[in-house]
Amino acid sequence: MKTKRWLIIRRGKAERVSLLFEKRSVWMITIFSLLLIVTFLLAAGAGEVYVNPIEVGRVIFGMDANAFSKLVVESFRLPRMIVAVLVGTLLAISGSILQGVVRNPLASPDLLGITGGASVAVVMFLGMFSSPKTNALIVSIHWLPLIAICGALVAAFILYSLAWKNGLSPVRLVLMGIGVWALTKALTTLFMVKSVIYRASQANVWITGSVYGTNWDHVSVLVPVALLLILCIFLSVRQLNVQAFGEEIAVGLGGQVSKQRLWLLTLSTVTAGVAVAYGGGISFVGLMAPHIARRLVGSNYGALLPISALIGGFLVLLADTIGRTFFLPLEVPAGVFISILGAPYFIYLLIRERG
Amino acid sequence: MKIYTHQGKWLALIISIFVLILCMLGSVLLGYTDTSIHTAIQAFSHPTGVFDQLVITEVRLPRALIGAAIGGALAVAGALMQALTRNPMASPDFIGVNAGASFFIVAAMMLFSVTSLEAFLWIGLVGSAVTSLAVYLLGSVGSGGLSPLKITLAGAATAMLFASMTQGLLVLDESALDQVMFWLAGSIEGRKLELLQLVVPYLTIGFLIALFLGKSINVLQMGEDVATGLGQKTWLVKLLGLVSIVLLAGSAVSVAGPISFIGVMVPHIVKGLVGNDYRWLVPFSITIGGIVLVLADLAARFVMMPEEVPVGVMTALIGIPFFLAVARRGVGKA
Repeated sequence: MKTKRWLIIRRGKAERVSLLFEKRSVWMITIFSLLLIVTFLLAAGAGEVYVNPIEVGRVIFGMDANAFSKLVVESFRLPRMIVAVLVGTLLAISGSILQGVVRNPLASPDLLGITGGASVAVVMFLGMFSSPKTNALIVSIHWLPLIAICGALVAAFILYSLAWKNGLSPVRLVLMGIGVWALTKALTTLFMVKSVIYRASQANVWITGSVYGTNWDHVSVLVPVALLLILCIFLSVRQLNVQAFGEEIAVGLGGQVSKQRLWLLTLSTVTAGVAVAYGGGISFVGLMAPHIARRLVGSNYGALLPISALIGGFLVLLADTIGRTFFLPLEVPAGVFISILGAPYFIYLLIRERG
Repeated sequence: MKIYTHQGKWLALIISIFVLILCMLGSVLLGYTDTSIHTAIQAFSHPTGVFDQLVITEVRLPRALIGAAIGGALAVAGALMQALTRNPMASPDFIGVNAGASFFIVAAMMLFSVTSLEAFLWIGLVGSAVTSLAVYLLGSVGSGGLSPLKITLAGAATAMLFASMTQGLLVLDESALDQVMFWLAGSIEGRKLELLQLVVPYLTIGFLIALFLGKSINVLQMGEDVATGLGQKTWLVKLLGLVSIVLLAGSAVSVAGPISFIGVMVPHIVKGLVGNDYRWLVPFSITIGGIVLVLADLAARFVMMPEEVPVGVMTALIGIPFFLAVARRGVGKA
């Protein structure tokens, strides 16, 4: 084997443990990680109160810093930014898995109505469990991700059972997905019209996709959940690679194809549900990030997943930062910017695809 | 149930007109306030200004008329769009026209604080013209055009784009949300008769163009080359069709807000009834579109009584099974 393109690590007795890296992917991962870190530091400083990157670094690493900037960065900006990055990451991963399993580059959790299902559940939850007098939730906010996951799972279940006709045809899945998407949209509108105006405007912000108002409570739930999911997904990379070859080859390689497919789709749905619970209906990340990543490193999931995760995190962080700094004192939800970027990109993909 | 004979079609058309009138009558009489046909007649012959009479003349009558007109307009716009794009999934709402018009109206409302209904109408027309032109161009680039799947996806993406921009604007101005929320959900409730009067000329022109185009569209459906060979100016037919779509869909959206699925659902029902002949398809779409919307509006009053469901939500709930059935069947063609 040529060692130019690959980086091989062999360890252990008789070199039993071996890892194979493509050099290009390693470079890409490094570059994007650095990009994300730099953006993170700059974004933490940007806003109504400017804090310079060095000061931000001091706050993050617990060194003594100006008390005021410590307050701003630590309690307002950091939790929100961590959530933004994680939401982007999860959406991107969910989209990559979906595109691999469905074998359709146009699939993404938002266009298939899966995030829509989660939205319906969340809007219902906010409407049903908030007291009309104080507008406060009467149950703990920690139930939110669970509710969102349930909503996403229900939508996914409806979708797959509708699309199932002697197997899961990708085209039918996408068309049915649009139907499910429209259905969830109608239901969300219904619940919003029926709820109090204050709730409706809150729900509106949330549906457009925003990480506004997150605090360390959210982070403390999201981080472990996200890490667990990411671990599960990275353990399934081999299955994903096999699935992406197509049904026949996957069977030929001896995989339990339909079982694996079900597991992967469930993983993708749960991941999207968690992302929606914290970030709302941020569309197009799940579509864009995997595409950009595929262009950069090809379709080996071992490299594709981390890259698209990094890109997803970067996109949402960037959109959120623009949303909260460019229109001061107002805030524009991150989802708006991502759609403005994502919709034209999607249409470009559609047109190019025909050729 | 397909009608083949000429006489049968005329008869069916007359019956459908009667059914439409019957539905409108139902829409005038039924609702939260109990009214009898006697009250209704009196409301027009001896108006005394009693509450029951006012409900009929001021609330329900406009609602029934608007429902019939808008339903017909949306259905015809859908039928034309399906013919022009040769795509069974096309309809103004799915192509993102409704979302586009909504965005333009909300933007005008907030950025230039436009509030007059007449201005809304114009902006709605401009918005739907811009979006339908954009999607239409998108659908006709290259030789083959877009497949049903792709045009549906492109429409969904456009709709998502406009929807999120509309939401972005609404987030910036919370008080506007209250004003436009019900309008954004699509409703024919609480619209004044004057609003309908404003759009009547546009609707009439739109309907007339569609009716006269029937024959040419039949020819166009055989394929662009055949139509050109038969001496048709295809660009003229397409242009007129587009004008008609913009007039119909634009007026509908500015009066009632985005009401979805009528444009996809009704032409399919009508095709099942009279086949693919656009000389019949257009008039039937007008009557049946009206019937469906008026009935959906009636249903919207009773589902969650005493509260009302926005009729746009109602048509979506009725129309989605339809859409899914068409999509499931049409996959082979996609």
